[in-house]
Amino acid sequence: MQDFAQAFGLAFGLVFAADPDLLEIILLSLRVSLTAVLIACIVGLPVGTLVAMGRFRGRTAVIIVMNALMGLPPVVVGLLIYLLLSNAGPLGWLRLLYTPEAMIVAQAVLIAPIVAALSREVIEQFHNEYAEQFRSLSVPRHTAAGALLWDARYSLLTVALAGFGRAVAEVGAVIIVGGNIDHLTRVMTTAIALETSKGDLALALALGIVLLTIALSVNAAVMALRLTAARYAYA
Amino acid sequence: MFKRLIQGLLPVTLAAAILSSPALAEDRSIIVQSTTSTQNSGLYDVLLPIFETKTGIKVNVVAVGTGQAIKNAQNGDGDVLLVHAKPSEEKFVAEGWGVERFDVMYNDFIIVGPPSDPAHIAGSKDAVAALKAIAGSKSLFASRGDNSGTNKKEVALWKASGIDPKAGSGDWYRETGSGMGATLNAATGMGAYTLTDRATWISFKNKGDYRIAVEGDEGLFNQYGVILVNPAKHPNVKQAEGQAFIDWILSDEGQAAIAAYQLDGQQLFFPNAKR
Repeated sequence: MQDFAQAFGLAFGLVFAADPDLLEIILLSLRVSLTAVLIACIVGLPVGTLVAMGRFRGRTAVIIVMNALMGLPPVVVGLLIYLLLSNAGPLGWLRLLYTPEAMIVAQAVLIAPIVAALSREVIEQFHNEYAEQFRSLSVPRHTAAGALLWDARYSLLTVALAGFGRAVAEVGAVIIVGGNIDHLTRVMTTAIALETSKGDLALALALGIVLLTIALSVNAAVMALRLTAARYAYA
Repeated sequence: MFKRLIQGLLPVTLAAAILSSPALAEDRSIIVQSTTSTQNSGLYDVLLPIFETKTGIKVNVVAVGTGQAIKNAQNGDGDVLLVHAKPSEEKFVAEGWGVERFDVMYNDFIIVGPPSDPAHIAGSKDAVAALKAIAGSKSLFASRGDNSGTNKKEVALWKASGIDPKAGSGDWYRETGSGMGATLNAATGMGAYTLTDRATWISFKNKGDYRIAVEGDEGLFNQYGVILVNPAKHPNVKQAEGQAFIDWILSDEGQAAIAAYQLDGQQLFFPNAKR
C-alpha cells in the first residue's frame, strides 16, 4: 500500500520538476504514437471505407480477418518487424532497427487493423442510411465516400483515439524494435518496464500515472476540439 | 475565447509533438548488445559518459538476456557484445560471429530466499547442495527459464546436482521466462528461492524481507566478456568505434572506472582484464 502513496508523490514531483529526461521520454512517446496513428489512419480509413461501401465476393471473410487482426499481439508485431529490419533480414539495409522510426512502423502495423475494422463498422452504418439517396442522385462513388467520411468524422475521431490508446499503452512491440535505448528509443511504457525490473515499483507506478494523465489530456483535447467544431457548425 | 484558443493551439501542439524529433543519433555511435544486470545496476550510467566525453562516440546499449543478446549480435544488430556466459561467448567467436573474446570483469551469483528458509540452506556455501535441499523439500524455486547467462549458470548447477528440476516444472520449479528483475519480483511475491547475480541484487529495490541464502561458492563465479562483432560476417559493423570501446573498457582507465563503481557502499563489479 505504501507504494501507492509514494507513487502519487513521485508522479507529482516528476511533473512539477519538469524533469528533462522525463520530458524527453514523454515527447518521444507522443511523437511515436501520434505518427503511428496518422499512418494507420492514412492506410486504415481508405481500406475501411472500401470494404464498407463495397459489395464483393469474400467480403465477409475480409471483415472477419480485419476484426481478428485487431487482436494482433504487440510482441508478435515487434518480432515480425524486428525480423524484417534486422541486419540479417530483408530490410536490414534501411538501418532502421533501434530507431524511433522502427517503433512508429511497429505501432502503425499494430493499429492500422483497428482503424480499418472500426471505421468499416462506422462508415457502413452511415452508408446503409445514405445508400438510397446516393443511388437516386447517381452520386459518383468517390464523392459518396468523401461525404461518408466527412459525416462520420466525429465517430472516426473516436476510432483514431482507440488506435492512439492502443499504441501509447503497448510495450511488447516497441521494446523489441526500439531496444529501450536511453535518450534514443526509450518511451513511457519501456521506462515503466525497466523500473519494474529494477524493483523500483513506486517509480514505475509514478510513470504509469504520468502516462495515464497524458492519455487523458490527449482525449480531453480531442473532445474540446470536437465540441468547439460542433458549436461552430450549428452557429 | 478559451475554446478558440484551444482550437488554435491544438494542431500546433500536435504538429510540434510529431515533428520534435529528439537529437538525431550522431554519426559516431555504436550499439552494444548487453545484459540486464549491467544496465539495471547502473554501471553503464557511470562508464559510458566517461567514454563518450573522451572519444565523442555515443554508446547505445540494448539490454536483454545473454541468449537474446547473442542472437541479436549474430543477426548483425549490434557492434559489440558484452555478456556473461563464457561457453556461449566462446562458441560465438569459434563460429566466426565475433572477432575475439576478452575478459572484462566479474562478480558472483548468489541464491536469495525468504527468511522462513523452508529448505534450510541459509548460510551455506555449497550451491549444488543447496539446490539438492530445495528440490528435496520441494521448496519453491523461481528460474529465469530464458536462456540468459544467469539461466545457463543455473542449468549447469542443476546438472551438477544430478537433479532434473523440469520434472517439478509448474509445481515447485517455476520458470518465469523473464528478465532478472521480473524474476526477482516474482520470487519475492511467491516466496521462492532464486539465483541472481550480485549486482542486480544489490541494486534491486523490491527486496522486501528477502536475504542472501547461499554465497561464496567457487562455482558461482560470474565472468563478463566483451567481443567485437565480426565485420567479415556483417560489413555494417562499426569496427573502429567498436574496437575503441573495447580498448577503452580493457584499459587502465576503463578498468579503474569499473572498480570505482559502488552502490550502497559495495563494489558491484571487479575488473579482471588480462594484459
